Amino acid sequence: MNTVATAGAAAAVKTAFDRQGALGEDARVDRAMAGFACDFGALSALRLESCIHCGMCADACHFYIATEDPQYTPIWKVEPFKQAYKRESGPFAPLFRLFGFKRKLTADELGQWQHLLFDSCNLCGRCSLICPMGIDVAALIEQARHAMFEAGLAPKELYEKAAHQKRTGQPEDSAEPYRDKLLAIGRSHGVDIPLDKPEADVMLTVPRTDIEHYPEAVAALARVMSHMNVSCTFRSDGLVAENYAYYAGGREWQRDISRRLIEQALACKVKVLIVPECGHAYSALRWEAAELYGRPLPFKVRHITEYLAAQLDAGKLRLRQAANGVSTFHDPCQLVRKGGVTESPRKLLRAMGVELRELDDHGAFAFCCGGGGGVLDIQRAAPLRYRAMESKLREVDQTGAQTFLTSCSDCRRTFDDGKRHFNWDKTPQSLLELIADHLGSAQEARS
Amino acid sequence: MDLLQFARGPALKFALIVFCFGVLWRLTAVFLLRHERTLSEPRHPVFRALMGGLLAAGSRSAPHREFIRRTGYSEALGYSYHIGLFVVVLAFGPHIAFLKSLFGVSWPALPNNLVTVIAALTLTLMLAVLLRRLTHRVLRLLSNFDDYFSWFITALVIVTGLMASTHFGAPYEQLLAWHILSFDALLVWFPFGKLMHAFYIFPSRAINGYALARKGASV
Repeated sequence: MNTVATAGAAAAVKTAFDRQGALGEDARVDRAMAGFACDFGALSALRLESCIHCGMCADACHFYIATEDPQYTPIWKVEPFKQAYKRESGPFAPLFRLFGFKRKLTADELGQWQHLLFDSCNLCGRCSLICPMGIDVAALIEQARHAMFEAGLAPKELYEKAAHQKRTGQPEDSAEPYRDKLLAIGRSHGVDIPLDKPEADVMLTVPRTDIEHYPEAVAALARVMSHMNVSCTFRSDGLVAENYAYYAGGREWQRDISRRLIEQALACKVKVLIVPECGHAYSALRWEAAELYGRPLPFKVRHITEYLAAQLDAGKLRLRQAANGVSTFHDPCQLVRKGGVTESPRKLLRAMGVELRELDDHGAFAFCCGGGGGVLDIQRAAPLRYRAMESKLREVDQTGAQTFLTSCSDCRRTFDDGKRHFNWDKTPQSLLELIADHLGSAQEARS
Repeated sequence: MDLLQFARGPALKFALIVFCFGVLWRLTAVFLLRHERTLSEPRHPVFRALMGGLLAAGSRSAPHREFIRRTGYSEALGYSYHIGLFVVVLAFGPHIAFLKSLFGVSWPALPNNLVTVIAALTLTLMLAVLLRRLTHRVLRLLSNFDDYFSWFITALVIVTGLMASTHFGAPYEQLLAWHILSFDALLVWFPFGKLMHAFYIFPSRAINGYALARKGASV
């Protein structure tokens, strides 16, 4: 029976969870339910109504596959909200309340779900692809995260980074502002960084992950754009591509963080806003920003691989052959399964003559790296994340490829972390850096 | 009025009214909720996204090749008993006669003995499904009263139908009355429980498929 009380028992050991604010227990639960309901529409109701409890979503989830623990069944992760929907706003809600079929949760019970909604879900959407009823389970989990955030029940790492980013534009303090770091990266890599031009065709953004961990990827982005002679600029007040509020579930904060980039793009009248190698930034800007902004964006949002593939077709990007042996490629979930950017990276690899050996599960069916959805940032989630990523590492090994590429810096950092943890012998590499290293001559590019 | 007359008359009428209004209300209550605006630039035009939705409505009937290894058994089990139910409901002579009395159309029936065998097989498959729900750790966690009661009421209709068609255990009229009463109960329960998935399945698949196709993602 799926009462919340027995769900707590299923979890066996009560997990610690983070709280924000000093709300009373009842107020916390009320805000969670109101948060769940605030962006609740026909589509969400249809998703909740349609579930037949077949459990197949578990068979798509790497957290369940790795542990065989039923609490990691994706649809179970929204169980409190499913019950609240039935009790509060479902078609027969008055009957449920009258007969007490679904009792109200306590804040402590809700807190137990923090582990399921945040630590053990990458929002990767693989469960949505297996569901025979076609339910987008990941969208429900994203919605449940909104509710948890409203109740002050988000993991502290995500909450603090989201709060910092909302306030300052950066998700965390740094010894020097990212603007200065960006310019320093340009100087140290011998590449011009276009910054704060009043007008440009293209606005560039940068993952905080690249600034902090992979400066060579930042330089690669500037080098590739310079090679194509594109009128482009970074903007000091809209540099960071990531949106930590998307992870934490803060809908209004997510809108404010996106708005910062949108307003910068509008200010310099760009035609295209480039999302660098960052999967969730793509989801936040490409598919969710306009909805939160309240109107269609007057410029296009493109992932860097999409943009480069289009430039390749237009003859503006010329690439040399890459002699890096057999390669395999990790499809970032937010780009491919949830975003449809499947063909672009492969087109770019073909243009460099890269021999691509696909993973067993690739394209829309690829397993997540395990770090998406903010899980990489949640420290207590690391042991579970390592278990979930093991099969992914085995898949990479089984290809026998010498080079392991991806087009998301958070995936890359997750794999780098896994490399350290497991003493893995592969090093994840950036597709963008590979491209920057194999640019044709300037004459070729303009011919 | 004897039991059979009651089952066929007022009980059936009441059940049909509850069924019709219940289903209508449950669908309306969902579809009348707020519809989110989609403002992001689509990757594909509306027509192509609609085609994606239609494709998903049909293609999700079979698992993607990548998932078969893990879900093949439960898919096969689930579909087998659903097919059995369809055959029993739609290809049994007396059922066709009943449906003709409601809708005015009919079609050829399968031999009664064959349908009886299919009904027995369907019941066996349903027992296997129940056993799986009781023993599989994920299904056990997810399952609630609705899952078990919906199973029970469906199985009850098959059991009483089998008893009536084989004249087992009681006079035929009495067995038939039980069968029709169990069907009446199923109709009454239908809008309140998971049996509603019969109405939700295609809209749910199509809408999700549309959303994915709009982004250019696999459906």
